[in-house]
Amino acid sequence: MRLAQRRMIGSITIVGASLAGHASAKALRAQGFTGTITLIGGEAHQPYDRPPLSKGFLSGALAQADLALEADAEDLGINWLLGSAATHLDAVTHTVTLSGGHQVTSDAIVIATGSRARTLGSVPSGASAGASAGASDLAGLHTLRNLEDAIALRSELIPGARLVIVGSGFIGLEVASTAVELGVDALVLGSDRAPLARLFGERVAATVTRLHERHGVRLRNGVRVTAVLGPHRVTGVQLDSGEVVPADLVLLAIGSEPNVEWLADSGLAIAGGVVCDERGNTSAARIVAVGDCAAWFDPVRARAHRIEHWTDSRDRAAIAVTSLLEQPHPARPERPSYLWSDQCDARIQFAGRLLGDEEATVEVGDAVEVDEASEFGAAAEVAESAGTVRPIELLVVYRRAGECVAVLGINQPSLIAKWRKRLTLAATDFSPSPVRESSTLQGVLPT
Amino acid sequence: MRICSLAELARGEALRFDGVSPPIAVFHTEDGQVFAIDDTCTHQDASLADGWVEGCEVECPLHASRFDLRTGAVDAPPAKRGVRSHSVTLQDGEIHVTLSEDVPALPPGVSY
Ligand SMILES: Cc1cc2nc3c(=O)[nH]c(=O)nc-3n(C[C@H](O)[C@H](O)[C@H](O)COP(=O)(O)OP(=O)(O)OC[C@H]3O[C@@H](n4cnc5c(N)ncnc54)[C@H](O)[C@@H]3O)c2cc1C
Ligand code: FES
Repeated sequence: MRLAQRRMIGSITIVGASLAGHASAKALRAQGFTGTITLIGGEAHQPYDRPPLSKGFLSGALAQADLALEADAEDLGINWLLGSAATHLDAVTHTVTLSGGHQVTSDAIVIATGSRARTLGSVPSGASAGASAGASDLAGLHTLRNLEDAIALRSELIPGARLVIVGSGFIGLEVASTAVELGVDALVLGSDRAPLARLFGERVAATVTRLHERHGVRLRNGVRVTAVLGPHRVTGVQLDSGEVVPADLVLLAIGSEPNVEWLADSGLAIAGGVVCDERGNTSAARIVAVGDCAAWFDPVRARAHRIEHWTDSRDRAAIAVTSLLEQPHPARPERPSYLWSDQCDARIQFAGRLLGDEEATVEVGDAVEVDEASEFGAAAEVAESAGTVRPIELLVVYRRAGECVAVLGINQPSLIAKWRKRLTLAATDFSPSPVRESSTLQGVLPT
Repeated sequence: MRICSLAELARGEALRFDGVSPPIAVFHTEDGQVFAIDDTCTHQDASLADGWVEGCEVECPLHASRFDLRTGAVDAPPAKRGVRSHSVTLQDGEIHVTLSEDVPALPPGVSY
């Protein structure tokens, strides 16, 4: 064993002061680390929660103070360096350089710089024609990732405003749901054949469609936006068919990209995120990465895979910190990846891993055919609403070779809770990854 | 207040008890301890009896806030306030709970 590896870790710098960074600091203290923790954050704010930015904070139900991730009177003894971004990492000396030139050197590093909203200019598909140049300077053109984005968007969500949301993923759908509640005319333009269809299949897509239609959201599927029209303030978007869809404001909700450019010359392996093993170790000693910026090795996919879910970002921090402190990993089964989305008064929850070849079975749900749901769903709901509107319910179980691998629920929190536990137990059967070194296996596999 | 017999609540199981308002959740942990806390998460309307118990903590089934089963204190966001914890006694194989006299911390928009 090399001497350097035995040297105690006395100081740790965490880069990125949000969910994963804060959870890492908490985990370090919980695991007994008493040394120096420096937390570098590009944003000037103390760590705050992002999911409400498209939901309760956007609607005005929650205030900024409600978003704090730190508990009241929490004191982890952290040196906060907020409001300046890291621009460079020396992975050998563990030195982080900040935008002002200031440098911080420590014994180990946690990388938790998260991700940012993708813009049309960065869409790889060539769909950006005409939109990329100066698009972000257009008044009324929004993305949603941080507090300032949410405040700016909220200020324009006035009754009657025509909001066009580009992208029918979770954030687009959540904002549409919130906007409609504020009296905004929300139209979602998705490239998928139906919202979330590519990820979760037709049945889920049909139910999500029905949920949104009865909430008053307008959806258009299978369209590609090629340009946001200006010149000073948005007037609409252009589709690849040439059609112009008028808009007073536009939200681009077309996915995210990891914040890893600052690591470009660090020598760390980067491929669609900071490449890590199954326990958060990067390719450099005493440097771990966690949260939205990190692509941990996925033994089922047999490759590094970036997950951008809240719960994974928080919970993996404890695992990464255990790796960093070179402590044995507790012998408990890893939980399946978990995602929730709250939209149109419905709770959507997903747990597991989908590779796209699973067989989906509806275990709970109305006996509505897919076509019926999208075409006549809205009408059926009107008839129902004479009484009280029945909440939409759905539970879809995904199986591969007869084995349950994932589950999606709409308004099924109890069943999802049971399924998550079941999937966790099933996960113990996963065989260890071939690339993982045997030394890192200790204590990982439950017996 | 009698909840049920210990035999009716297997280790690793939890139950929601609606006989009081707001309802409480009673947990029988894997290592054999029994705890009672308020059932409703303080973040939003979720039943903690559906939650995930690990050691002496339960994780909310919706957004994964964690509460200490012994004290009700919140240990992981997004919830900010703890739930009440109630004292549990076992008599002749029966679970009895004495309710806390504190004011329950219910999530916004939820009342009982
Ligand atoms: C609007 C919205 C709604 C969401 N809703 C849900 C939901 O309902 N359910 C769910 O499961 N997930 C949801 N998510 C995803 C969830 O919020 C993320 O998974 C989570 O925030 C990831 O945490 P993180 O700490 O890894 O990254 P982030 O939260 O992105 O934080 C990274 C931090 O690092 C900072 N940073 C970046 N680069 C540097 C640098 N070079 N130097 C210093 N600091 C830097 C950033 O400014 C940021 O503060 C949502 C996300 C958004 C934006
Ligand atoms: S409802 Fe419990 S954490 Fe949100």
